[in-house]
Amino acid sequence: MEDMNARSPVLTLEPLRGWGLVRAAWSDLQAGLRLLPLAVTLGWLDIKMRYRGSILGPLWLTLSTAVMIGAMGVVYGYLFHMDLKAYLPFLSLSIVLWGYGGTVINDAGTVFTQSTSLFHAMRIPVSLPVTQVIVRNLLILLHNMVVVVVVFAVFHVLPQQIWSLLFSLPLWIVDSFCVILLIGMLGARFRDIAPIVASLMQIFFFVTPVIWKPELITTGRHYLLLDPFYPLLEIVRAPLLGQRVESIVWEAALGHSVLLWLLAAILFCRMRSRIPYWI
Amino acid sequence: MPGIVVDRLCIDFPLYHGQSRSLKRQVGKTLARFAPSAPSAHLMHDLRERTIVSVLREISFTLNSGERLGLIGSNGAGKTTLLRALAGIYEPVAGRVRLDGTMRTLLDSSLGMNPELTGRENIRLKGRYEGLSRQQIERIEQDVQDFAELGPYMDMPMKVYSAGMSVRLAFGLATASSPQILLMDEWFLAGDGVFMNKAKVRLEELVQQAEILVLSTHQPKIMRQWCTRVIWLENGHIRMDGTPDEVLDVYLDEAG
Repeated sequence: MEDMNARSPVLTLEPLRGWGLVRAAWSDLQAGLRLLPLAVTLGWLDIKMRYRGSILGPLWLTLSTAVMIGAMGVVYGYLFHMDLKAYLPFLSLSIVLWGYGGTVINDAGTVFTQSTSLFHAMRIPVSLPVTQVIVRNLLILLHNMVVVVVVFAVFHVLPQQIWSLLFSLPLWIVDSFCVILLIGMLGARFRDIAPIVASLMQIFFFVTPVIWKPELITTGRHYLLLDPFYPLLEIVRAPLLGQRVESIVWEAALGHSVLLWLLAAILFCRMRSRIPYWI
Repeated sequence: MPGIVVDRLCIDFPLYHGQSRSLKRQVGKTLARFAPSAPSAHLMHDLRERTIVSVLREISFTLNSGERLGLIGSNGAGKTTLLRALAGIYEPVAGRVRLDGTMRTLLDSSLGMNPELTGRENIRLKGRYEGLSRQQIERIEQDVQDFAELGPYMDMPMKVYSAGMSVRLAFGLATASSPQILLMDEWFLAGDGVFMNKAKVRLEELVQQAEILVLSTHQPKIMRQWCTRVIWLENGHIRMDGTPDEVLDVYLDEAG
């Protein structure tokens, strides 16, 4: 294998300190990035496996989301006395976007513990299973977006400032990567993390304006920005619904993100080599 | 030139998980007090009061091109851990490991393969893990198919394979692309007699290209046939290091 020889056949392993840790973490990220096509294959396989043998296959993703949003739209629209024309587009988009974020975080707790046999079989970049989770959930998101597009078409919702997605979506990807890495490492070390995170996400689902509109809070709405999920959700959701995003929301989203990146980076540099010991 | 240098390698395992951490800690403390140098894996405490198991301690050896090393020792002596440390799975807690050359591993019996996928799909995936090109993967696919003689099973999910079939596929795959260093744990000996002969022929072809083999096994016969050097591990130390005949005679004497 000529190309493998050319790459870097020398592997030196020793306990690292200081910049050595950062360099090792960086080269892990690079190796993970090189394996991106593999991560795409694996993520797609995950979905195909889940529906192997079913007649509709991954179409079930779209269908079950459609059923849920339809049911919730009718029930909540009736209970909250909301105009369905204004409420259903909001709800469908919120649910689908939250579905992505929530599943990413729930999957994160077990991302490394689930690939134990892979980790014990060969040396693989830690970032590979992380990108696999992102790819899998992005594919699910795409399936679910079909429902949103239909709802938007039915109620004539026109997105605005589509260009902002050029910034918000990459931000989402980077944040997903960091949050999976962070929670994944904690989950590999402390097995209680996964259930704790799952319960917290339940709370955040109700605390964050996902199924209710942020306008419902009249006093102290800025406190909502302390919830990291709200600004990150809003920067994608509002333009798609044709609403303006206040600059403070973007600032909050970036602030929370930077904090997350720092935490993930520090922990990743320090703990990367320990993950195979933990799982 | 391919080579392996292991310099004062230490591997410690933290014991975090268990039904009762406090109980485990208590047991570890008691054990450490009564028998400081007791059985195979030593329970002890590090500075932060975690229970850790010291699996490998101060292991040093050098392997040059053409050497076929056998690892022998009782269960829990640290053979698998040493193989994983050589593979770069467990990075050293102290000491240093240096590998020159392309490396392939046959460590985990499932090989990280997905039982839901067919043998062929698994080979393709594995090839992509290694970052191989499509042509290279096709070549390997053909090579493995010829070697493993799976016939129609090649396109069936691996969950219907017998243990021997999985081993044949895995062994063929790991040896298909002539790695310079091959690390192998003992599980692959599950193949039948005919397979063992074929495996031997194939391995010898590899070794003739001046490659390095590290093999862990309980079977002295195989070790005498395949290896040029044997290291006897005991409680994470090297008990003895020499030619297969030298080491195995003493080892079998003591065991028998």
